[in-house]
Amino acid sequence: MNDYLITVKNLIKTYGSAEVLLYALAGVDLNIRQGEFVAIMGPSGSGKSTLMNILGCLDRATEGTYILDDEDVSELSKVELADVRNRKIGFVFQSFNLLPRLPAYKNVMLPMMYYRAEDRPEAEEREMRAIKALESVGLGDRLEHHPNQLSGGQQQRVAIARALVNRPPLLLADEPTGNLDSRSSEEIMALIHNLHAQGVTIMMVTHEPDIAAHAERVICLRDGNIVSDGRDGASECERQRGAL
Amino acid sequence: MTFMETLAIAWEGLTLNKVRSFLTTLGVIIGVASVIIMLAVSAGAEATIAEQINSLGADLIIVGPMRGIPGASRTFVYEDALAIAESVRNIVGVSAEQFSTQNIKGGDSALDAISILGVTPDFPQVRDYELASGRFFSVEENDRKTKVAVLGYGIAQDLFGTQDPFGQQITIGSTRFTVVGVMEPKGVVADVDYDGRVYIPITVVFQKFTTTAVGSDRVRTVYVKAESREVMDSVIAQITAVLAERHDVDPSQPDFSVQTQQDIISTQEATTEAFRNLLAWVAGVSLVVGGIGIMNIMLVSVTERTREIGLRQALGARPWDVQLQFLLEAIILSLVGGLVGVLTGIGGAYIFNALGTMRTELVPASVPLAFGAAATVGIFFGYYPATQAAQLDPIDALRRE
Ligand SMILES: Nc1ncnc2c1ncn2[C@@H]1O[C@H](COP(=O)(O)OP(=O)(O)OP(=O)(O)O)[C@@H](O)[C@H]1O
Ligand SMILES: [Mg+2]
Repeated sequence: MNDYLITVKNLIKTYGSAEVLLYALAGVDLNIRQGEFVAIMGPSGSGKSTLMNILGCLDRATEGTYILDDEDVSELSKVELADVRNRKIGFVFQSFNLLPRLPAYKNVMLPMMYYRAEDRPEAEEREMRAIKALESVGLGDRLEHHPNQLSGGQQQRVAIARALVNRPPLLLADEPTGNLDSRSSEEIMALIHNLHAQGVTIMMVTHEPDIAAHAERVICLRDGNIVSDGRDGASECERQRGAL
Repeated sequence: MTFMETLAIAWEGLTLNKVRSFLTTLGVIIGVASVIIMLAVSAGAEATIAEQINSLGADLIIVGPMRGIPGASRTFVYEDALAIAESVRNIVGVSAEQFSTQNIKGGDSALDAISILGVTPDFPQVRDYELASGRFFSVEENDRKTKVAVLGYGIAQDLFGTQDPFGQQITIGSTRFTVVGVMEPKGVVADVDYDGRVYIPITVVFQKFTTTAVGSDRVRTVYVKAESREVMDSVIAQITAVLAERHDVDPSQPDFSVQTQQDIISTQEATTEAFRNLLAWVAGVSLVVGGIGIMNIMLVSVTERTREIGLRQALGARPWDVQLQFLLEAIILSLVGGLVGVLTGIGGAYIFNALGTMRTELVPASVPLAFGAAATVGIFFGYYPATQAAQLDPIDALRRE
């Protein structure tokens, strides 16, 4: 048992063939403690999303080990990975990814549908939890609204409610404010802060220094490598970029 | 995720695109309906054959001109029937038959285009067909070409209503006849309306209702009733010998045919079976076409909803959850198609029967059979698209536009 929620060693992800091999991740080592709030920055194409997708068990690394919550997930089967995503990870996407034909509360109930039978709450309990989650993101009055009846900021709040409804230890957010104006962005960041305060470990990709400033730790990627990792916010990353 | 929940999701997926879902099921509807109708039609045909067996009896021998031999009908004449009656042993009776269609008048009514059946006095006995009242004409009346008539039950009703027709005069064509009897009601058996005919001496048909050209004593069919089933073979041999000699032909290549009811039934059954096999193919092919339609739409649906699949996978859907969702969509499509098809099939069989197009008899077992076939089609043709969906990589699916 160690106190790292995430331990990544020499993570490599390549695309393309042997002749034109592209290293989207070129050997990343990373430790994330339980309860940390980490921002990931870096220029476009530096491998941020690639890293997030592997950490989220949506994609597999070409090489390297990834230990999540003391479990080596590099070795897991498709079914086991589905369970890991269900129990341990909440996702917030840049493009919200809500199902348009379902009302907000049903979108929030989705992760609970895929609970394993033994520890799955009853239908009413699930609905209650979804409603509570929506209330906690300030959408108690929008339960029955469909995504196309909600603003971008509201849709992203539904997505956050969906991510937290299973109480996962890890929240992964790839540019959660990328499609939002600054006011909605601040609302979303307030919610993420809230989750962090409740002990959820947060990893968030962003391009905006103001948004990254919310995090305790900023990791800067370039060409698939970590070029800086520290507590002094976005400035180090900016300095790196300026140095080019 | 429970089965019921997956079912609900699958149902939601289908109702998204109602018109498309309906059009997709059309192939299955047609397939299932044709299975039901096919079985009903062949059951109807079999019932007709069974009635024929019962109506004619197993000890009946049917003699007629050989089909497909030019001139055979010209050489098959009344004298042949008389010769059989005279020289063949172990028989109960011989009835020669010839048809004509005439307008008739009687009482206060006139009827157009009625079947006039010229027969011989043995007719009631040979064909197991009793009289309701009066008597049948006698051998003397037949020999003397007496103008007497026995009415089918329906004809008697039409002409005379509640009046007793016995002794009344009727006109057939332009000849006057005296009514001497009325046959018992028999109805329509094997497509023959016994009640709607008039029975007169066959000699009168020759005299009045056949063209005066050569061979005006041609006979269409001669029915011979054997004493028992055991003597059938011997009777057939005797008839063949008598006719071969009279026609001066080789008995192995006759210009006449001697058949039992069983022979006729066998050939009819072969026809029915060929017909049923054809229909089975049509039904099977349309079910397969329906299934391909389902598969096609399911593939489109999987492509359209790739992002949804990716999202569900990200939220924890296992491959099987996704597979079941799409498999159930296909099965729902085919079962709804099956249900509508069953109703259409039952309705169609009923309408065919009511319109008199074709005799149909619903086969109860065809309903579960058709349902089973529809479900199988759904599983079979839904499996591939559902597996495609389940095997998508979460990250590829999520990134797809
Ligand atoms: N499926 C793929 N096939 C081939 N190359 C890929 C694929 N996915 C990513 N890449 C490449 O990997 C590199 C890293 O991509 P990634 O999406 O991680 O960048 P990013 O840091 O998230 O960029 P952005 O800020 O624009 O979102 C890029 O060069 C990209 O072209
Ligand atoms: Mg990215």
